[in-house]
Amino acid sequence: MSDIRPAGPLDPETQQSEALDQVAPATVPDTAQPGVPPSAQPKTKKKDGKPASLWTDAWYDLRRRPLFIGSAIMIFILVVMAIFPQLFTSVNPYDAATCQLIDARTPPSAGHLFGQDNQGCDVFAKTIYGARVSIMVGVTTMIVTALFGGLLGLIAGFRSGATDVILSRTTEIFFAIPLILGALLILVIFGRGNVWTVMLALSVLAWPMTFRIMRASVITAKNQDYVMAARALGAGAGRIMFRHILPNALAPVIVIAMINLGGFIAAEAALSYLGVGIQSPEISWGLMIADARDRFLEAWHPLIFPSIFLSITVLAFIMLGDAVRDALDPKLR
Amino acid sequence: MGRYVIRRLIQAIPVLLGATLLIFAVVFALPGDPIAALAGEKRGNPVVVALLREQYHLNDPLIVQYGYYISGVFQGNLGRTYANVEVSQIIAAKFQVTVNLAITALVLEAIFGVGLGLWAALRRGKATDSMILASTLILVSVPTLVTGFVLQLLLGVQLRRWTGGVEIFPIAGVSDGWISYVVPGFVLAGTSIAYLTRLTRTSLVENLRADYVRTAVAKGMPRRRVVGRHALRNALIPLITFLGADLGTLMGGAVITESIFNIPGIGQELFRSVHERQQPVVVGIVTILVLVYILANLVVDLLYAVLDPRIRYE
Repeated sequence: MSDIRPAGPLDPETQQSEALDQVAPATVPDTAQPGVPPSAQPKTKKKDGKPASLWTDAWYDLRRRPLFIGSAIMIFILVVMAIFPQLFTSVNPYDAATCQLIDARTPPSAGHLFGQDNQGCDVFAKTIYGARVSIMVGVTTMIVTALFGGLLGLIAGFRSGATDVILSRTTEIFFAIPLILGALLILVIFGRGNVWTVMLALSVLAWPMTFRIMRASVITAKNQDYVMAARALGAGAGRIMFRHILPNALAPVIVIAMINLGGFIAAEAALSYLGVGIQSPEISWGLMIADARDRFLEAWHPLIFPSIFLSITVLAFIMLGDAVRDALDPKLR
Repeated sequence: MGRYVIRRLIQAIPVLLGATLLIFAVVFALPGDPIAALAGEKRGNPVVVALLREQYHLNDPLIVQYGYYISGVFQGNLGRTYANVEVSQIIAAKFQVTVNLAITALVLEAIFGVGLGLWAALRRGKATDSMILASTLILVSVPTLVTGFVLQLLLGVQLRRWTGGVEIFPIAGVSDGWISYVVPGFVLAGTSIAYLTRLTRTSLVENLRADYVRTAVAKGMPRRRVVGRHALRNALIPLITFLGADLGTLMGGAVITESIFNIPGIGQELFRSVHERQQPVVVGIVTILVLVYILANLVVDLLYAVLDPRIRYE
């Protein structure tokens, strides 16, 4: 655990308050103390007297953070919205009969809370159903990049030598290609885009970010005494890698994955907006924004409501990432 | 110094080769036959088609085609489109527009990011600090797509209504000179402003706590001079890295901004070329973006030595 603590702060108190007010200055309670040595947090010790692990420590800290609670509630609602959209609206936007072309661009009213779009469809229902694509693309891309980049980063950091050189040079190549432009090209090859092709296009270009973090983190963990001890006791490479190094190197990777998730959701909207991502009749916030843009001077509501939902979703995931980062690793800030 | 620059440039070659090969392979896989597309609905004259295929090396395997292309690039030749126009000629005008946009964004980013970060650091723990940090969180979260349209609506429609039809900030095209880049530049820089603000604040707070700042204060130096000469100058190093790396990101990310504000830059050109199957233009644009990324990072590394005399390149 020593490797993730601030290295010998001269004045733990200032370091502490400093660490805290960088994130949610007005809202962080006095009880949240991520950088204080475990001995100063007796409550985090388990009942049997074992010292708290990094994860129990982090969980204890997280549960007391308004930033975490707020974003967790928002994400919970969004996930429910993605899985059971019918709980929020009785209108099924995939049913063309619910759209009345004669009512196109009618402003918000009691019957249509967010008004109607260019096709006379209910904007509220479409916005609710749009959560599914965003959450799916964001979560699957995060998982794929974390697993792929994380595994390669673990191997590169652990093996070093030629393996490391080859893998690290490869990531440099991917870093030089702009994300949206590269994803745009890949999606054009696929022809009609859907959730899986968008996920694939983003993953192909985004895994080096996780790779870099994991590699750096593994190299730090590798040189710790407990790894040498495990090796001296005769543990094999696989055991050292997965039992000793991985759990200690995981924290920064989880943090970067959380923060990237919001970025992937924004990227999906951008690609769908450009016409290479999700295709109609599928519903996506990016697609709704693209459809509404041509007439948005006459009717701003079909554009603004999906925009608000998109922003709130990205905000929720970034806030969660921030909160988890503070709980897991005060040094990353 | 000279040797360091040369070594860095040599190290950049594999990155350039790898990235262009990757894009070349992707573009190679794009569906559709570009030569057949030239003839439109009709079937082209088979002799002409065969000649064109030969001329553009379309019958050769991917790696040979790439060889022809990259040897041209090293001679400063980006090739010709299938309509026989120099790619460099097409890109040049558009490139200038995107460079203008990216530089406007970078300047706005530096002004707002460093300014807000400095303000927050000096008011650390006070209400101003909290306000600035909360607003960076929101700025990071609102996608370019959203800020673009919202600003268009507010500045282009609402503000114009109040000023009686007088347009203060143009919100489409680039016909009004530098002022027309201000709003798109701000939209493009949005997320980066937020990151830079946080980075400036953290970096400055760290330096304000350093021993040399305490010494400077103790010997009675005015606060303005302590912050400006000592703390800020030392805090600048990570900020320069961020700004340098961001230039590539800004140019690559301009495609969305260019689409929203109808700016005729390389993002828009790339988008059109992808759909028109103008492979040489697509590869050319990405090659240039990769070069910009590599050079920006090199310049940043060299700037280190200027800002921090402790760093020397042998």
